[in-house]
Amino acid sequence: MSIEVRNVTKQFGEFTALRDVSLTVPAGELVALLGPSGSGKTTLLRIIAGLETADSGAILFHGEDTTDQKLRDRKVGFVFQHYALFRHMTVFENVAFGLRVRPRRDRPGKQEIRDRVMKLLNLVQLQSLAHRYPSELSGGQRQRVALARALAVEPRVLLLDEPFGALDAKVRKELRRWLRRLHDEIHITSVFVTHDQEEALEVADRVAVMNEGRVEQEGTPEEVYHSPRTPFILNFLGNVNLFHGRMENGRAYIGNSSLELPAAAFQDNQTATVFIRPHLLDIHHQPTESGNFPAHVAHINAAGPLVRVELVSEWGDPVEVEISQDRYRFLALKENDKVFVTPKEMKVFVEDYVI
Amino acid sequence: MESIHLNVRSHRKRPHSSTTEPKTVQWLLIGAAMAYLTLFLMIPLGTVFYQALEKGVGVYLAAITDPDALSAIRLTLLTAMIAVPANLVFGIAASWAIAKFDFKGKNLLITLIDLPFSVSPVISGLIFVLLFGLQGWFGPWLQEHDLEVIFAVPGIVLATVFVTFPFVARELIPLMQEQGSEEEEAAIVLGASGWKTFFWVTLPNMKWGLLYGVILCNARAMGEFGAVSVVSGHIRGSTNTMPLHVEILYNEYNFAAAFAMASLLAMLALVTLVLKKIIEWKTARDLSLLDDAETAVEENG
Repeated sequence: MSIEVRNVTKQFGEFTALRDVSLTVPAGELVALLGPSGSGKTTLLRIIAGLETADSGAILFHGEDTTDQKLRDRKVGFVFQHYALFRHMTVFENVAFGLRVRPRRDRPGKQEIRDRVMKLLNLVQLQSLAHRYPSELSGGQRQRVALARALAVEPRVLLLDEPFGALDAKVRKELRRWLRRLHDEIHITSVFVTHDQEEALEVADRVAVMNEGRVEQEGTPEEVYHSPRTPFILNFLGNVNLFHGRMENGRAYIGNSSLELPAAAFQDNQTATVFIRPHLLDIHHQPTESGNFPAHVAHINAAGPLVRVELVSEWGDPVEVEISQDRYRFLALKENDKVFVTPKEMKVFVEDYVI
Repeated sequence: MESIHLNVRSHRKRPHSSTTEPKTVQWLLIGAAMAYLTLFLMIPLGTVFYQALEKGVGVYLAAITDPDALSAIRLTLLTAMIAVPANLVFGIAASWAIAKFDFKGKNLLITLIDLPFSVSPVISGLIFVLLFGLQGWFGPWLQEHDLEVIFAVPGIVLATVFVTFPFVARELIPLMQEQGSEEEEAAIVLGASGWKTFFWVTLPNMKWGLLYGVILCNARAMGEFGAVSVVSGHIRGSTNTMPLHVEILYNEYNFAAAFAMASLLAMLALVTLVLKKIIEWKTARDLSLLDDAETAVEENG
């Protein structure tokens, strides 16, 4: 069941939550809506679910317009950020709820409900806790009950709002791998909202990066990470060093230093913003030919798989570089060393106007 | 883990000495409070029962089985039986609207719900006299159609409903606001109809608050004096409620009978307090179970 979001706009009073958003979720895929808070991702998810209505635009499930469909006829599974488990019902009753509230003619028999609920509890590895109340469960367990409850009604699409948001770091990591495995097993078209780029890149088949009510880029995790289309995405997906400079003779000038550009397709005299990820910078004791800039070492943090070196460039900007432990030992860096920083790869965004 | 947990508990019960008052101050404060309570609550309450039974159990029983007394009890029960369910429905509807929806005039509605609390009950009664009395707005029309409101049972019920309508709503609004509407949304997404969502999710979640509100509402409905006194007309055996009957007997210097009736109302108050305590204890226990579970989760996590 594919989902298509077509030109959806949503306004809350003065605040525009979504501006003409279009997005396609291919059938059977797991797609992440990634963005900072206030970017409109949860609103978009709630509109797909039918919990909010769009001011204009349409949501199509498998090519069929759902705009006029009642919420309960849409057959979506929704997992709420804070789980929204029914607090006065046991785990079993929570999962059975969607089956028990059906009109009599569609309602499965008692035994069938039992079997289906136990099968789902098996799937989420909670069969032994069927008679507990939500208040007697840990966060991760509650999350899995919420998931089983959503799956019980055999939804056509599964929507998850910050599914791991309220969990601590370790449980989060386990649970998101588990969700990925579960999705590989049941292959239901799924959309989840997250503000955590690591989570989105690790779990999703495709990622839609949202900012200020728009989808800025949509693609596979590799695509959005390695070929970000806007400075915002580059900034949002991991640490990055940012330099302001200008273009001249196919080289980017920052301060008095020039850097060789990957493709010299820019006009002269344009202002440019250069983005370089910390692990794509190298440190040398002597200047190199490919372009570099002088800096001095401000702080070294060697604890961890990579060594993080904080430097201050010649013109006073802080620069963060990540080098391997081997490289660090080879260079024998100390604080206040004068060094040269060489970019291995960078992204240049040129402003629209010419000076 | 367990020992840490226990430590936290005992620590909570016995605060650090630097943050507590010296023993003498503690005893002084407790003593003052107890003396005050004894003087203004215990002695009057005791007096009610003492006076009621002073002339023996026979007189007591005769006083409360007197036809006029029985009629007053019946009228009080009838009034409560109408006012409480009416305000139960109104309270649920109003708090539902206020907690789960945004609409124009919401603040006005919240203020209006509090109106009976801020208006003197006598004024509340007068409002109904002005509306339905012979010289009132609807008086002539009512008389034409041979309908009695003032100095009759409908007036008493109306006044009681008016005076007691904040109780249920006041209990439910903060409770429902705190619970939000996520569970209802979850139920609807899972395919539940509006009614099923209400009966399976909303109602069970507010049951203790609701019961609490109903008990307070009932106590007030049975005990209301001022507003009812204005609209009742004090017709013995017909429009006298229990509090009004107490007043009449007292004014006739029939102290034993007056206090016998009063003792029934006092007992109602005591039962109400006990029920209230039980509900508070129940909700607190539910909450602490939740706390315990969360602490356990944090410790194990």
